[in-house]
Amino acid sequence: MPRRRSPSRWLLTLIATVFALLAGTARADFASALADLAGDDFTARLAAIAEIQASGHPQALAVLAAALDGQLYRQRSDRRIVILGPGGDAPAQAQDALSGEPLAALSSSELSRVSTNNRLRKTLRGALAGLRLGHADATVRLEAARELLGTPSDTSAALLREALANERDEGVLAAMQIGLASIDIKSPDRDKRLQAIAALDGSLHQEVRALLESVADGDAQGDAEVQAAAAQVLARMHTRLAFYEQVNNLYFGISLGSVLLLAAVGLAITFGVMGVINVAHGEMVMLGAYTTYVVQQLMPGQLEWSLLVALPAAFVVAGVVGIGIERGVIRFLYGRPLETLLATFGVSLILQQAVRSVFSPLNRSVSTPAWMSGSLEINPALTLTYNRLYIIVFALAVLVFLVLLLRRSRFGLEVRAVTQNRAMASAMGIRTGRVDALTFGLGSGIAGLAGVALSQLTNVGPSMGQAYIVDSFMVVVFGGVGNLLGTFLGAMTLGIANKFLEPATGSVLAKILILVFIIVFIQRRPRGLFALSGRAVD
Amino acid sequence: MRMAGPITRLVMGDRGGTVLLALLAASAVLVPVLNLLVPESSPLHLSTYVVTLVGKYLCYALLALALDLVWGYLGILSLGHAAFFALGGYAMGMYLMRQIGSRGVYGNPQLPDFMVFLDWQQLPWYWSGFDSFVFAMLMVLAVPGLLALVFGWLAFRSRVTRVYLSIMTQALTYALMLAFFRNEMGFGGNNGLTDFKDILGFDLPADTTRIALYLCSTAALAGGYLLCRALVRSRLGRVAMAVRDAEGRVRSLGYRDERVKLLVFTVSAMLAGIAGALYVPQVGIINPGEFAPINSIEVVVWVAIGGRGTLFGAVFGAVAVNYAKSYLTMAWPDVWLFFLGALFVLVTVALPRGIVGLLDRRPRVRREHAAREPAPGGGEAMADPARAPAARHP
Repeated sequence: MPRRRSPSRWLLTLIATVFALLAGTARADFASALADLAGDDFTARLAAIAEIQASGHPQALAVLAAALDGQLYRQRSDRRIVILGPGGDAPAQAQDALSGEPLAALSSSELSRVSTNNRLRKTLRGALAGLRLGHADATVRLEAARELLGTPSDTSAALLREALANERDEGVLAAMQIGLASIDIKSPDRDKRLQAIAALDGSLHQEVRALLESVADGDAQGDAEVQAAAAQVLARMHTRLAFYEQVNNLYFGISLGSVLLLAAVGLAITFGVMGVINVAHGEMVMLGAYTTYVVQQLMPGQLEWSLLVALPAAFVVAGVVGIGIERGVIRFLYGRPLETLLATFGVSLILQQAVRSVFSPLNRSVSTPAWMSGSLEINPALTLTYNRLYIIVFALAVLVFLVLLLRRSRFGLEVRAVTQNRAMASAMGIRTGRVDALTFGLGSGIAGLAGVALSQLTNVGPSMGQAYIVDSFMVVVFGGVGNLLGTFLGAMTLGIANKFLEPATGSVLAKILILVFIIVFIQRRPRGLFALSGRAVD
Repeated sequence: MRMAGPITRLVMGDRGGTVLLALLAASAVLVPVLNLLVPESSPLHLSTYVVTLVGKYLCYALLALALDLVWGYLGILSLGHAAFFALGGYAMGMYLMRQIGSRGVYGNPQLPDFMVFLDWQQLPWYWSGFDSFVFAMLMVLAVPGLLALVFGWLAFRSRVTRVYLSIMTQALTYALMLAFFRNEMGFGGNNGLTDFKDILGFDLPADTTRIALYLCSTAALAGGYLLCRALVRSRLGRVAMAVRDAEGRVRSLGYRDERVKLLVFTVSAMLAGIAGALYVPQVGIINPGEFAPINSIEVVVWVAIGGRGTLFGAVFGAVAVNYAKSYLTMAWPDVWLFFLGALFVLVTVALPRGIVGLLDRRPRVRREHAAREPAPGGGEAMADPARAPAARHP
């Protein structure tokens, strides 16, 4: 870009004076400083940066940032200073540097860039950091402090010290202290370095880790004590990081366990309580997920509520289909568990193809409401995503609901009675056929609920149920058939074991190892973790 | 002619088997004649595509036969038989891979293409020996057999039975599928083994080679049928059926039921391996998808539809269902899964003895009963809640 001869200063001062008359003295100071910044005189430009920083003008931050990024322009015709949007080639995004008001489209031939050199940029950076450290918004301050961590220098140290005195927010305070320590750690004063290292103890930031590593590898002054101190702090940091890594694995494990639990708990009822091997169980999950999709399509703009509507809807849809399967197919097959497997497999094929014909074979996208996205940051090494958190809570709620239903309600009593002694239950006036249908519907409905939860984690497609069916059977068999507590422990054990194996072996091998483990485990305890015993099993 | 004696005795009173063997013999003569001798212009000409397709059905039929041996005569519903089939296929695929030599895309005389692609420097140890046809054929039998032996030994010894056993076999094939999908396993990962050029020096796509493979499949199926027939008619076969009907009672009588199961299970796995080995050169590819649990379940359906516990029923079931599949997936691709699904439901609910049961009008109360559940009070102290509903509808 060719350098333009800039106009003489007096003209600018004159314009600035006009502005001053119009907008009061503070504004005039800012305007003149701005004019100086865009001017030719190097010392005046340096001074202008300090002036702008001190002005407290709402546009100060934007102007300095634009100058640093080369987005500050002079308009040739009327000497106006303009900020262009990122890239500098988008005149549509232009705004007046002084007022911040958006401007109509400007042609690039009218503009000339306000150029900078290394020295100016350095000053600009310092001024910007200072401004941002004093910004009203805590997140801006935090960001600025973090940025200084990456560029340690004496000026940064001075800035941080100044800002520290006024800081109230705890998170920002900690970040600033770390930033300061990371600058002091390079100081020639030995005590200061040791102090800085001590101050960094307890931090979990990646930047601090890199800093300590560099010091531990070789102190700037070659001081062995400083090196040892850094190494010690680093070792403690590694221990804590490793600990949080394990906590993180545990969280992921519990979350996977909850998904498995949701998928398997319905199966635990149909398989465990009724003795029906329902291979179409995965398709019930799929139906639940598709119900979520349909609900979201039916109530556009109501995303926040859609999941709450989808839960009962999915339960009903999957439950009704389940009752249909029970009345239409399974009731002819009681006592022939292997043949229920074949028949329900047929049902599963039909359901998959039906969904494929109605919705297309492609995956459908289900949106996540705002309250489920994002994550809870506990510390730099540990963040818990909300969707997993909600699914853990949801899975436990479903389990508790089921346990209460089976243990405390009239319906639960009937289910247990029919399971234990069908003839006697029938003689007591329980309509066994109805109990069968409702139990199967309950198991299927729970699978539908699992589908709503899974729609938030994975792709929703016609064959999504297939991915969970083998795992679900593993959970039920591992936990011990007919035992909800066993299903819970089985799901959690498998989920957690899977996630702890994964870092060492990769996800596929972890899954294989788990499968092999279950195969061997079943040889040792053919009835699972919690085998039913006593008369109930006969 | 000296063989005729024992064979006649084997198929005596077995009308279905006689029909099957006669059909196989007829096709062994007719198919080569119609394909090679009848000119292409003639309406009687049989295209090589059809020959290969039927050859494929015959491999499936052998697999179904193997499954019927354990399901129909031993009472073990294996949901992992496609794993043995795929392992046999992989053994054959590895031999065919080695035959490619330096004709691959990368022209490496030592390594198959996918290994060059993955930047492997040398052949993994488990690939050594597969350039020999004899060794590869040995592995076709040994690998599935050994797996069945180890798995069966673990399972039968600790008396894992029925539903649990079925689910374990499913886990087995699922785990194998995941393992074979990994590139690190050295079996071509996702893509499997393909691009085969020739077998024993014969050009693989050539008509004559196809016919030879077809004849091998026919012979393998006939041989497999006779072997199974001999097995189920032997003393061992009778014990196996007794195990199926009343396992506890057999054990009380002093038989080592786990040994019987292990032997029959292993033989069945080897038959499945042979089927896989014949399948791979005809379709030209083997990939981890063959291990998918759904494949094994499909095999179960062939047997169920044909008629379980009859051997020839399994063969007819496999051919019929696969013919329907080829036809329907071409004519109405959407309908196929509806059809297959409905067939499953219909056969299990309405035709527990399959098509063979429809044709056979003789009352076979015992067989019917056995096909469902072991006799109540079979002496088993089974803590199997899945069995609990047996008493539901007396």
